[in-house]
Amino acid sequence: MKELIENLKKQIIEQLNLAEVKPEDIDPNASLFGDGLGLDSIDALELIVLLEKNYGIKIQDPAAAKNIFSSIQSMADFIMANKK
Amino acid sequence: MKAKIVSYCKIKNNTVWVNGEKFYVDNQSVDITTFLAHLYKQLNLNYPKFFKMDNLCKLGILATELAIQNNSEFNNYEKDKVAISLSNNSSSIETDRNHIKTIADKNQYFPSPSLFVYTLPNIIIGEIAIKYKLTGENSFFISEKFDENLMCTYDSILLNEAQSSHTTAVIGGWVNVDGNEGEGFIYCLEKANFNPDRTGFSSSYNSETIHKFYNKTE
Repeated sequence: MKELIENLKKQIIEQLNLAEVKPEDIDPNASLFGDGLGLDSIDALELIVLLEKNYGIKIQDPAAAKNIFSSIQSMADFIMANKK
Repeated sequence: MKAKIVSYCKIKNNTVWVNGEKFYVDNQSVDITTFLAHLYKQLNLNYPKFFKMDNLCKLGILATELAIQNNSEFNNYEKDKVAISLSNNSSSIETDRNHIKTIADKNQYFPSPSLFVYTLPNIIIGEIAIKYKLTGENSFFISEKFDENLMCTYDSILLNEAQSSHTTAVIGGWVNVDGNEGEGFIYCLEKANFNPDRTGFSSSYNSETIHKFYNKTE
């Protein structure tokens, strides 16, 4: 799980062009949107692509996305529960 | 035309000129992406969204920032009375190329939403409008080269004819990126009677003047 979280941090920084953010700056339990990393709606779409591209996981229920992408930890939990 | 140029910025070949004076030269950067990142740091901007933009928008934002920084009256404009009129030759070709790469392989078909949103050139206008909270008129023109007559004609309509009581100032110019080549030229125009007592740089706006400023890179 720890390795997955570290990989997610690096992938999110690269995919979302967070040039001024370092992996160690990201609290796995902090909110990705709003006051946390300050991501926006386009970033949310990019996270959906990231899950599919890097982990082969499609989000079937759009309503669940809000909880899945609430933090790095929740993303990692979702990947662990759904990886093939 | 009863308008004046009150500031302008030209960026080309890793060099920046403000109001005709050389402002910054970067001899280190070997590509436009690195140059734009260096210039961003040089200006001490705290705008993380910058790094999400494509190079066309980065170039437009930096040139606009420098033009605005050198316009002492900018904060006195009502923001719904500031228009944006820009132009270029290559539209959003560089991002279009990058987008195609993400969808070329049907087995690796992952179009990037954050890339796709930059596959229109007029998103530069959107980025400038968001950063500086401008809500006035806006237009984007495609022309073979910087067309000072076209821009002067349109800016004249904005400032002097249609809705003449509405537009006070215009952020105009040319922002073009194709491959590793980029050229930005942004000027701030103001109605001639906005502040007759303004001090500092100011010049009558006409196609001859703007042609001269566009080409003044020595």
